[in-house]
Amino acid sequence: MSAATSAAKPAAARRAQSALRRVLSEPLGLLGSLLVLLVVLGAGFAGLLAPDPIALAPIDRFLAPSMDHLLGTDNLGRDLFARVLFGGRIALVVSLGSTAASLLLGVTAGLVAGYGPRWLDNLLLLIFDALKSFPTVMLALALVTLLGPSEWAVVLVVIIANAPSYARMARTQTMSLRHAQFVEAERSLGAGAGRIIASHILPNIVGPILIVASMDIPVVIAIEAGMSFLGLGVRPPTPSWGTILESGFEYIQDSPWAVIAGGLPIIITTLGFTFLGEALRDTFDPKLATGPR
Amino acid sequence: MSVPALAIEHLSVDYTTAAGPLHALRDVGIEVAAGEIVGLVGESGCGKSTLIQAVLRLLSPNAKITAGRMALAGVDLIGLDPEAMRKLRGDRMSVVFQDPMTALNPVLSIGRQMVDIQYRRREPRAAKRRRAVEMLKRVHIPDPESRFDQYPHEFSGGMRQRIAIAMALMAEPALFIADEPTTALDATLEVATIELLKALQREIGCAILFVSHHLGVVAELCDRVNVMYAGEVVESGPVRPVFQRPQHPYTQRLLACDPARVRERTRHLPTIPGDLPDLVSLPPGCVFAERCPQVFEPCRRAPPPALKTAELEALRCYLAKPSS
Amino acid sequence: MLTYAAKRSGLALAVVMVVMALLFVMIYLIPGDPARVALGPRASQALIDELRSRMGLDKPVWVQIVDFYRSVLTGDLGNDVLSGTSVLRIISGQMPYTLDLIFGSMIWSILVGIPLGCLSAMRRGSLVDRVTAVLSVSVIAVPAFVIAVYLLLIFSIGLQWFPAIGAGDDPLDRAYHLVLPSIALGLGWVGYIARMLRASILEVQGENHVRTARAFGLPEGKIVFDYVLRIAILPTVTVLGIGIGQLLSSAVFAEIVFARPGIGKLVYDAIITRNYPIVTGTVLVTTVFFVLVNLVADLMIAWLDPRVRRNLRR
Repeated sequence: MSAATSAAKPAAARRAQSALRRVLSEPLGLLGSLLVLLVVLGAGFAGLLAPDPIALAPIDRFLAPSMDHLLGTDNLGRDLFARVLFGGRIALVVSLGSTAASLLLGVTAGLVAGYGPRWLDNLLLLIFDALKSFPTVMLALALVTLLGPSEWAVVLVVIIANAPSYARMARTQTMSLRHAQFVEAERSLGAGAGRIIASHILPNIVGPILIVASMDIPVVIAIEAGMSFLGLGVRPPTPSWGTILESGFEYIQDSPWAVIAGGLPIIITTLGFTFLGEALRDTFDPKLATGPR
Repeated sequence: MSVPALAIEHLSVDYTTAAGPLHALRDVGIEVAAGEIVGLVGESGCGKSTLIQAVLRLLSPNAKITAGRMALAGVDLIGLDPEAMRKLRGDRMSVVFQDPMTALNPVLSIGRQMVDIQYRRREPRAAKRRRAVEMLKRVHIPDPESRFDQYPHEFSGGMRQRIAIAMALMAEPALFIADEPTTALDATLEVATIELLKALQREIGCAILFVSHHLGVVAELCDRVNVMYAGEVVESGPVRPVFQRPQHPYTQRLLACDPARVRERTRHLPTIPGDLPDLVSLPPGCVFAERCPQVFEPCRRAPPPALKTAELEALRCYLAKPSS
Repeated sequence: MLTYAAKRSGLALAVVMVVMALLFVMIYLIPGDPARVALGPRASQALIDELRSRMGLDKPVWVQIVDFYRSVLTGDLGNDVLSGTSVLRIISGQMPYTLDLIFGSMIWSILVGIPLGCLSAMRRGSLVDRVTAVLSVSVIAVPAFVIAVYLLLIFSIGLQWFPAIGAGDDPLDRAYHLVLPSIALGLGWVGYIARMLRASILEVQGENHVRTARAFGLPEGKIVFDYVLRIAILPTVTVLGIGIGQLLSSAVFAEIVFARPGIGKLVYDAIITRNYPIVTGTVLVTTVFFVLVNLVADLMIAWLDPRVRRNLRR
């Protein structure tokens, strides 16, 4: 028994290694990985790389990029480079956190819908469909009306927007696995519903859902930036790429630098995660592919 | 001596692959006389599909005909331009493919498809519709008038295959190619479909090239048979001598492996040990040498030529005793 | 076909009912007293009570629910807190501008996306195909509002080729004002449509029934239209359905960036001024619109693909 498991681990590690190599060998995969790495490192080392992002210096407003201010300054004289790097923290934390939450809630709901009684399934399906019917921005506006603008509003919007899709995927796969031979076998051996779901169904369905979730990350980043842009998300003075872009937009006639500084990281990050996500999907499950290659 | 429905001589087809040219067909010769039923048997990967695609001139873009001649009722197929070739398809030659579940367009009614393929005829739609309904009756589709506008998914697999046969024979072609038409059907359906084919062939008088790996059906239906292995025709002749007194070691093993032939109860069905050869880098000698139980020295030196013997039209084996 | 249409419409109706229920729950959960918030901190209690009773807030919950459903279904979405005009009238006044934007974006993305998708599929592996692929992925990835702001910066403020504000007066002027916003919103959809179509064309082309059609010598044109495109276009129709709903959302950004009138701007302003009836009214209208568009898309697909009519239970 132990020989088998200790042999299994290197095999899994080797699979992961070869998958990584495959992703990096594709030009877009490589580019995506580099961009994501750039963003993550920038956000992580923001404190070391840049000055204070909220330090006001109204005298120095609207400065063009220079050695002192790599991306220039905004309407309040704050260093844009610093704001961009610290904004990266918000973007990454909020996106990854809310994606994790959506996955947790969505997959759980899907498992329940797929495995439970028919009436529960129908009810949950109706709720999923209704939640998905809300156009995202309208949803964001409505929720912010209730809760006031904050990062939590963003998280909630992401959950409501994404969890139903994961729930649907989980439900469909659970339903097809529910009557699979090996599950029937387990049931006849006396395994309870909980055990069946946790050890047999769940491991088989997570793969594709995780891939879809990783491809949703750029969308989540866009939601956070978009909501902050509309003033519905992160509140000032905390820097978020959306708020940088928004204040740049407000003063667009005075200086283009804030707009450039705000939009650039969004572009880099969404492109990076999208390229990486595509490469990952092509490597692990080309059946999900809808595009070239 | 009438013109053969299909005459293939020395046909060779290569696929371009990353590893080099893959020699899918080599020096293949097949003849189907007018009104004759000829079988083509061989395991998966022997080149049957490539051969059919070649005859239809519907090879994939990375395939090339490198040598040989093909003629349909005397018309040279290789030199024909694509438009003229298209005119032949569905008119002088037609095909039924293996999988009835996916062979028909799912979003058009079967009636519409049967009228579509009659596009060459300058007739009013009503006439085409009538002909199609007649054909459906001939293949025993119940209640064809009202089912005419139904969609493929509303028919069973066996019925869909019969519809496909109806479509193929509606134009009364000179050559009808049946590519494993009964492989996807269960045994009882298979018998019924074969009976239907026999009856229709008698009525229409077309020649049939019947491809299958089901030896019993081929023995039942065909006048002559060609046995293919790894891109070559290794044995060819009338059905009775080939199946009862096979000369080529491959044919012998193939027949021995047929589960219907196994006489005594056993846990292990007979197989032919070994694998198909690499068609990119072929062995220098006979293509079956690696797996042949009767292999001897000349087999590895050069591929055996196709020889005529007393009972067979072609035999590629150094063990052959050619007719003088 | 009719049974499918009936079932599907029933489903859509059920979804709308649930949406309304969710909306009511949200309204009911608004912290604080809507009447007090609307009137401001210095309003007297009597005034607040009067507004409360006018807004029906003093009735028991279940009465409020029934009232809510009843009023919505009769088209009464309440009245604007500030001006007293019917919310429905305000929304229908602004809707045309947003519809202009949505359809402008969708039309140009279809006109560019579909040929691009066909071309990529037919010239698979060529330079055109590969460049289109990378560009498609890229425009889908970048959010529309970022594209909008950059377009504004470069073409409006910088080069001054296009106006930065407003929707325009006569049809030509309106079209002129629509150019930049439609490009911003539609660019991502061009990529999406091109990609989707390319993938489904390639998939269908490899399928057996296309092989059958070729084997019967059908003319290439007929094969392309009836046997390939007719099936390949189906996922694109679904995408369009979702797309219109999405565009409604993204329209908010375009309206704010290009200072255009429309639903988006309306609801955005309403939130700032705490004009709740407008917010809830707009959310309701746009959601119903979204559900309707999806319904139409589904029905179109069922009409084109008879296999769908068989299984309603997905």
